[in-house]
Amino acid sequence: MTRRLDRPLLLIVGLLLFYGLVVLFSAGQTDTPTSASGVWLRQLVWILIALSAAAVSSRLPLRVLEWATPMLYGLSLLLLAVLVVAGTGAGTASSTKSWLAIGGVRLGQPVELAKLATVLMLARWFSARREAPTTIRGLIPPITIAAVPALLVMAQPDLGSAIVFAGILFATLFWAGVPVPMLVFLASPVVSLLLSWSTLLWSLWMVALFVMLLTWRPFLLESIGIYLANSAMGVLAIVVWDRMAPHQRGRIVSFLNPEAYSSTSGYQVIQSKVAIGSGGLFGQGFTLGPQKRTGFIPEHWTDFVFAVVGEEFGLVGVLAALGLFLALLSVLIQIARRASDPYASLVTFGIAGIIFTHIFENVGMTVSIMPITGIPLPFFSYGGSFLVALFLGLGLAYRTARDERVASYVEN
Amino acid sequence: MTTFTSAELRRRAQGARLVVAGAFLVLSGAFFKAQVLDSSEYRSTSESNRVRLVPLPAPRGELRDRNGLLIAENTPGYTIRLWADNVDSLRAVLARVDALTPLDTVDLDKVVARWRAAPYQPAQVFSSGEFRIVSILEEHRAQLPGLVIQAEPRRFYPDSTALGHVVGYVGDISERELASERFPDARMGTIVGKNGLEYEYDTRLRGTPGVRLIEVTAFGRTVREGGGGRFVRPVVGRTITTTLDLPLQRFVDSMWRNTPFLAERSGGLLAMRPTGEILAYYSYPTFDPNAFIGGISQARYNEYNDPKRSALFDRVIQGGYPPASPFKLAVAAMGLKRGLVTSSTRMPVPCTGGYQFGSRRFRCWKPEGHGAVTLSDAIKVSCDVYFYQLGLQLGAENLLADGAALGFDDRSGIDLEREQSSRWAHSVDDYVNGKRFGTFTPGQVLNLSIGQGANVQSLANMVTFYAALATDGVKRPPFLVERRPDGPVHDLGLTPAQLRDLRQAMVDVVARGTAGASGGAELLVAGKTGTGQMPRGQADAGWFIGFAPYDAPEIVIGMLVEEGEHGSTVAPYVVKAIRRFLVGPDSAAIAAPVDLPITEDLTGGLPRDGETDGGVAPAAVPPAADSTTP
Repeated sequence: MTRRLDRPLLLIVGLLLFYGLVVLFSAGQTDTPTSASGVWLRQLVWILIALSAAAVSSRLPLRVLEWATPMLYGLSLLLLAVLVVAGTGAGTASSTKSWLAIGGVRLGQPVELAKLATVLMLARWFSARREAPTTIRGLIPPITIAAVPALLVMAQPDLGSAIVFAGILFATLFWAGVPVPMLVFLASPVVSLLLSWSTLLWSLWMVALFVMLLTWRPFLLESIGIYLANSAMGVLAIVVWDRMAPHQRGRIVSFLNPEAYSSTSGYQVIQSKVAIGSGGLFGQGFTLGPQKRTGFIPEHWTDFVFAVVGEEFGLVGVLAALGLFLALLSVLIQIARRASDPYASLVTFGIAGIIFTHIFENVGMTVSIMPITGIPLPFFSYGGSFLVALFLGLGLAYRTARDERVASYVEN
Repeated sequence: MTTFTSAELRRRAQGARLVVAGAFLVLSGAFFKAQVLDSSEYRSTSESNRVRLVPLPAPRGELRDRNGLLIAENTPGYTIRLWADNVDSLRAVLARVDALTPLDTVDLDKVVARWRAAPYQPAQVFSSGEFRIVSILEEHRAQLPGLVIQAEPRRFYPDSTALGHVVGYVGDISERELASERFPDARMGTIVGKNGLEYEYDTRLRGTPGVRLIEVTAFGRTVREGGGGRFVRPVVGRTITTTLDLPLQRFVDSMWRNTPFLAERSGGLLAMRPTGEILAYYSYPTFDPNAFIGGISQARYNEYNDPKRSALFDRVIQGGYPPASPFKLAVAAMGLKRGLVTSSTRMPVPCTGGYQFGSRRFRCWKPEGHGAVTLSDAIKVSCDVYFYQLGLQLGAENLLADGAALGFDDRSGIDLEREQSSRWAHSVDDYVNGKRFGTFTPGQVLNLSIGQGANVQSLANMVTFYAALATDGVKRPPFLVERRPDGPVHDLGLTPAQLRDLRQAMVDVVARGTAGASGGAELLVAGKTGTGQMPRGQADAGWFIGFAPYDAPEIVIGMLVEEGEHGSTVAPYVVKAIRRFLVGPDSAAIAAPVDLPITEDLTGGLPRDGETDGGVAPAAVPPAADSTTP
């Protein structure tokens, strides 16, 4: 007899929503009014909308969704393409063209929808196949599915969301059964790029890669390809660096050494760390965080909302939030594992992938173990588009969990 | 499909959980480090982030006169500062402040410079603001983010123009002053003395600033003032009692401004006790030091720097003038000291209205001539011919060397830093080597003997010399607060009897003026008039230096009036000031007529225009641009 997963999912999501709302309320309590003042009330409205969206998505017949997936995917690509031409900047992403607006009215950030559509599209592609591809060549279609929206998003430019597409791709590939060594080889050029700033580290990586290629033995041509790609990345790094937008470059540099950029790009992460660090074990108390109150935490109701958690509730509050996130991801993985249908299983795991990438990116950024990318923290950051997209996905996962109850006899 | 078998999925789910758990472990570790291991460090950073130190300036010490009357005090004032995130927002707020209350005394670029120097400190816009301005700004505080208004003592000089030059004024330290070592412990925004006593005794007057802690938001608004021990009180500067006599100083100011003859002319007056304690120090045109507090307006600044008046130019210690007849006492002292003459010695050639030297005839001021006079009589009647011959007997080198020994090449050593040095050559070689003294001709000796020629003295230096004559014959630095220990001291080298003879000779020059002194005793003033001949067609400068009572001097006064024409015109004013000091505020006694038995020295004996003989331009005319800036 297995435990039902739909109720735990509801409970955990409910707790996270409550926690997030409490923190948003506190975010509005500052000494001088900021735009965060009444934000928790507006978030409450968005939560109602998001719950309605989840109610709809959880009742959608799976086959209809699977049938409609290419259209949804196509639509989101179209919207992203429109943004490249006619996007507007707003809120925390004022320097990028991530908002879709008609006649000055901002409708939302299509990238959030695109993330979900990409998950659906990848799920559809893999579920239609008997075996997961075992060659790099065979992976070209799924890579393309994730790469097209990622590239469109990069053009806005929004590095954070582009990373989320990578997260979605790797989560789906892994869950679809692509061998782990393949994933490592796939990721290897990026690792090479990241290590290229140090000649020593990069050299060591190239030796390690050579050993891995000998051990796992993919096709010879692919091995050569992988090795060449890694070599090229080391050289390309400089070219890429030159082509980056100043704010992206600033973020990378200040990520590596925030103190050296304390008055400009490193300012945000230093203030965030100061808030979190001064929170200590038990925090400064609900609504009482001095860093937040005096406005030193940047974007403390959106991108850096977790700094408020750290400052006011301390390590205890942080671990509680991380614990809830961990529980949510566990439940989602479990749902994906038990799913009777490969498509539903892949969709649920892909959604877990989105949530995980967002959490690790966002929370990691507040303590500077990840570079600053403006992506929201699920359940905590204020914002409608992401919340609605998140709950559309959670609605699907909930449906999958409910279906398992019916189909649980399928399992041994 | 084989990839979705139960066993496969369980394996992958375990792998996925492992990855997630690992990632969360990394995150938890980072938070543990920040919130437990490094927490105290972040806590103090958080504090310093929000809590800012605002320096609390110390009230300056008071300046008082010899009887404790206030010369400089502190009244409530306000300093306006602005926090800003960047230059643009600073300029925007400044523009709004300007719209509310015109910032015509403020250099906005300087405010920006101050902000750049310390962007995490509030930049000072102006200090010593009045309550009226503050109330306007306070009313519009909502439009002025980052506004900091702080009550700070504002310097006030109750007697305004009467004390302008001697007291000086205060202002924000300039970058150049900051760079110089003149103001130790001063920082940007510190109020320091700019001139006069405020400048000279700045270190003593300034006190030690305190500190106030305030909590501010990231946008620079003050949230709450840090109370409870988070406050370091400033230490008030030391009160300084000066040697000045405020009633006398006021009398001089009022006399000068209310007498048409004087009010139209520039000049200076210096009164001291024979010991060197300065009783009155006055330069005219004067200025109101209060105008400089909190920044001087451009209009006022232009008025003070008008080259016709040069109100900021100090004619007591910075102006240089030919000392003229009062210098004859110096030549007499040299002759006595060297034993060339006694008080009853006559010169070989009696005065017939002139003296033939080489091909030229040097005139005496009295065309009819004085006849054969003794040294005492020569002083009395100011006979030029007598002193021409005494100068020749001394010889050029001795004359120059003795003049230097008497301190005529030096400052008086008054405790005011801006004093200008006198101009007097040490030897004939100085004429050859430097342009300072022009060309030496044998006739120069004759010029020097009657206080003309390459000889430029400040009023302060001349009065100090007379103070030595009035006492023990030692010229010591005069002082307003305390005598400079390293100031120049010159022994005239005269015996008490010689000094007594010189004083006696001076009594008859001026003043038989009965002043109706208390007790009915006659107040006898001894002194010497002079008419300094200015080069380049400028009108002559009138001198009078005297002391009283002649037999036991209590006060020595020197007065110089540019374009004063005659020393005898100047003398009555000095006598009045002496009476004011010695007799008191009895107006009838002061106003009593002054009897000048000898009206002498109308021109001096120098050749007139076209016959100039090695004269140098005195520094009576101030430099066009004063170093003082608003």
